[in-house]
Amino acid sequence: MQKHGFSIKIEGVAQDFGAFAALRNVSLEIKPGELVALLGPSGSGKTTLLRVIAGLNAPDRGRVLFDQEDATYLPVQDRKVGMVFQNYALFKHMTVADNIAYGLKVRPRRYRPSKTEITRRVEELLRFVQLEGLGSRFPGQLSGGQRQRVALARALAIEPRVLLLDEPFGALDARVRKDLRRWLREVHQKTGLTTIFVTHDQDEAMELADRVVVLNEGRIEQIGTPEELYDRPASSFVISFVGEAVALPVTVADGHVNFAGRELHIDTHGLPSGAAKVFFRPADITVASKGNGEIEGRVESIRRTPAGVRATIAIEGYDQTLEIDSPIDQAASLGEKIPLSFTKARVFPADVPDFDDIADGI
Amino acid sequence: MSDILISPALKKTSLRLCGATEDSAFARKLLIFVALLFLLLFLFAPLVVVFIEATRKGLPAFLASFHETDALAAIRLTLIVAAISVPANLIFGLAAAWAIAKFSFPGKSLLITLIDLPFSVSPVVSGLVYLLVFGAQGLCGKWFSAQGIQIIFAVPGIVLATIFVTFPFVARELIPLMQEQGTVEEEAALTLGASGLRTFWTVTIPNIKWGLLYGVLLCNARAMGEFGAVSVVSGHVRGLTNTIPLQVEILYNEYNSVAAFAMAVLLASLALVTLGLKTFLEWKYADALSGRSRRH
Repeated sequence: MQKHGFSIKIEGVAQDFGAFAALRNVSLEIKPGELVALLGPSGSGKTTLLRVIAGLNAPDRGRVLFDQEDATYLPVQDRKVGMVFQNYALFKHMTVADNIAYGLKVRPRRYRPSKTEITRRVEELLRFVQLEGLGSRFPGQLSGGQRQRVALARALAIEPRVLLLDEPFGALDARVRKDLRRWLREVHQKTGLTTIFVTHDQDEAMELADRVVVLNEGRIEQIGTPEELYDRPASSFVISFVGEAVALPVTVADGHVNFAGRELHIDTHGLPSGAAKVFFRPADITVASKGNGEIEGRVESIRRTPAGVRATIAIEGYDQTLEIDSPIDQAASLGEKIPLSFTKARVFPADVPDFDDIADGI
Repeated sequence: MSDILISPALKKTSLRLCGATEDSAFARKLLIFVALLFLLLFLFAPLVVVFIEATRKGLPAFLASFHETDALAAIRLTLIVAAISVPANLIFGLAAAWAIAKFSFPGKSLLITLIDLPFSVSPVVSGLVYLLVFGAQGLCGKWFSAQGIQIIFAVPGIVLATIFVTFPFVARELIPLMQEQGTVEEEAALTLGASGLRTFWTVTIPNIKWGLLYGVLLCNARAMGEFGAVSVVSGHVRGLTNTIPLQVEILYNEYNSVAAFAMAVLLASLALVTLGLKTFLEWKYADALSGRSRRH
């Protein structure tokens, strides 16, 4: 296996499908050997962006560079991208070994390895994806996880410059998914390939990727490490899409945040006056001592979660509930009024739709 | 069948339902009987008659019918027409199905409708259209006859009419198949470095080969058996522009029933072989389509 990754640079890429703008002015730089997730809800443009990088879609505007070399109009065959498709797109009529060998067999005669060399490479790849002895099977005889490994081996056979995966775990059940996630991480470490994968599953993106690109309606909302996205979300969309968050409608006036006639002590980061939304993570809300709470709520329900206790709190004087992860004495507090304070909160303008607004609209 | 799906709680009512279907057992048997009788009378009996009539004056007379020069010419012409029109429609059908299944373009639904046109138009009408367009006084006919090329009442006209009538078979067979398969395997081949042509031969064709063969088979059966459209444009010149179906009609009108039925035996046998192959392909093709492993 080679140990070299290519850098990828995307400059102002845009693509329209009729009246629908799939990508609007997307710019992105990916470092050699990086593992990057393109995360977003359906219709956010993440798959379109992956296809532009692969050369399967030609962008209407903008450029794609592989190692500083303009590849925007490089035909897909010459890009040397290893692509793993959403439902694997294995050749049904070929054996597993023939599937893996395909990319080598179709090379021009000059670059084509000898038959024995191809057989050797196929064996090596089968071993690498832990499918030894299954070379003579047909894709229809394999499980979903095995098919995915074949798809990966087939993509790696051409010694790609980058590895692209479209929803690599989308069609698998939860347990296989977890195993394959860990395994993909290993593959990435072993090959050192620049790897980009598309997902709508934030857990997958956060667990696997070095950096996550959050896309929404054809635009990049934020690029950052999983920690940056979680701790310093750049927009109301990111905070509502990545991780859990509750939103309360507030008004901002001269740097002060008002909720239902009460002032909340939150840094507005220079947000201009007007309608806004304040977002809390469940883990950032705590039960305050009497008289020190910023808001008050009545405990509606308490339930066990794998991580601890999750309580649903109805905000006093307002038709809104909050979820908090905080140790509450169950028997004492159900139905009781408690003061709450928060360790962290983010305020964003109210006129920008967050993920929940978008999801409600679907 | 239905009682398998009914939960035990509903068993009481289901028993009553079973009773209701049992009552109709007689009706069911009657329906099957009527259907079989119908098939026997209107399909099987005529087929048998064709073979009986052909050999009524003994096997030598039957075989002698094929030694007639006109008969041989008709067989040759039928084979030539099929040999041209089937490959032509194979290519047209493949191209049309490809365009419809793999691209979106304006006028796509119009194209789908047009492909079906030969099925909805009477073959006689399509023959007449060719007569008007390519006839001696027709739009294109004048130009062609000036070049010394005769189309109507000659082999080119018969080929054209046959191509028109048999156009939908391959395309209609492939469109749903290719639409279902989409373009993702082709895209995979392209990312692996295969050229467009290579992708076509190694990925597209293997995926549609059974459907393609099935369409070609039906197309061939129709091309050899077409009567209406060919009859209009052929001019019935013995030994020159008579195909097997036309020859059958001429011989029959001359009360030469043994020779007429002998020729009809050829067409009937073609139909039987086609039916047999079709059944085999349906079995094979269903297996290939289901995405499960293939038999070896």
